[in-house]
Amino acid sequence: MENKTISVTVNGGSKTSEVEPRRLLVHWIREALGLTGTHVGCDTSSCGACTVLLDGTPVKSCTMFAVQADGREVTTVEGLQQGGKLHPVQEGFKEEHGLQCGFCTPGMMLLGAALLEENPDPSEEDVRWAISGNLCRRTGYQNIVKSVQWAARKAASEQSGVNA
Amino acid sequence: MFPRSFDYLAPGSMDDALSMLAEHGEDAKVLAGGQSLIPLMKLRFAAPDYIIDINRIPDLGSMHENGSLSVGALVRTHDIERSELIKGRYPATAAAAPLISDPLVRNLGTVVGSLCHADPQGDWASVMLAMNAEIVCRTGESQRRIPVAEFVQGPFTTSLEPNEIATEVNIPDPGADTYGTYMKLERKVGDFASVGVAIHLSFDGPRVERAGIGLTAVGPANIKATEAEQLLTGAELDGGTIARAADLCAKAADPHSDLRGSADYKRAMVRVFVSRALSAATAGKAA
Repeated sequence: MENKTISVTVNGGSKTSEVEPRRLLVHWIREALGLTGTHVGCDTSSCGACTVLLDGTPVKSCTMFAVQADGREVTTVEGLQQGGKLHPVQEGFKEEHGLQCGFCTPGMMLLGAALLEENPDPSEEDVRWAISGNLCRRTGYQNIVKSVQWAARKAASEQSGVNA
Repeated sequence: MFPRSFDYLAPGSMDDALSMLAEHGEDAKVLAGGQSLIPLMKLRFAAPDYIIDINRIPDLGSMHENGSLSVGALVRTHDIERSELIKGRYPATAAAAPLISDPLVRNLGTVVGSLCHADPQGDWASVMLAMNAEIVCRTGESQRRIPVAEFVQGPFTTSLEPNEIATEVNIPDPGADTYGTYMKLERKVGDFASVGVAIHLSFDGPRVERAGIGLTAVGPANIKATEAEQLLTGAELDGGTIARAADLCAKAADPHSDLRGSADYKRAMVRVFVSRALSAATAGKAA
């Protein structure tokens, strides 16, 4: 069985490595790249702890082979902050207590960031719909929803130049 | 969980994919969205020697309407969910899309892939049975169209040959005056259907010109409720007709008791869903 060389843009930087085709994307991200913010939860496409953005779209990286990402762009939770400045969603989770144990948080934050890209002012229903493929066993989701909406307000106020 | 080792092939054209498949046949599996195949490989229910990833083949991700609607092999469930064309003209298809699995799985999972996977709990086959859709299958030399009712043969079994690739599903023109829906009983988002019912009706005035009904998760494969379809064809939807059609659908269902409910319960839910959908269709006519 032949290994493949892949080049993937991860969090803005190009990463090239040789992978066994059966290697799941989540294992490549965690073990080859050392980016352990992407978690392995259920390993059965149910929980979404392994969520990453593939060309901006949320996918479950436990249900994709690393070779499939060749030539594409992957964003993990480590890629949300820019130049030491937290993404509004990250700030939102801090401000609204959007996490307790933190296990689902990377996936939830990536979903929030992807949602705000296409819908800058999501309703509670919109947020709940967007995160419906990801499990949290702590917060009851309430504060996750509030965190994403906090981020939406923050992003809007930054755009209009007013403080949140 | 790690799948068994395999060789990964990523053809850039359909011709290349077909020649790879001609060479490897039964030892190969075609990878589209991977949302059914990869879980099966992780559980080692599937252990192919070769994976032929068709995601780098251009044009398979498009939908176009020309007498009928062609849905390419790389059209994701998410694309269906977003499509204004689907929303306007194919209401049963539009209703099913957001009920399938969860948003992240829908971002990758494809309609054609789901049909090829032929899980009796899969939703798309019921919709396509109701729509009288056909699957277009290609080898290097030939192409054929198989009605979904013949394509889906049993649990995880289709009439696709080892050297064939399903390149699209083709949905006939539903007509100008239509009603369609998909109703699904699921315990939570992302779970398989306990029961699902797809209904498509084309009207000619007050009469049903064509009826299509597909049932999910109540048999060894998705079921086309042909007796109910025949009863409805040419009929007006009054209370008695609706009740008889719902009964025929419940009779066509062949569910098993499992953790999602007893056989009697599932059969009863088929009756309820069919009756609700047909009643909604008449309400639409009256309005």
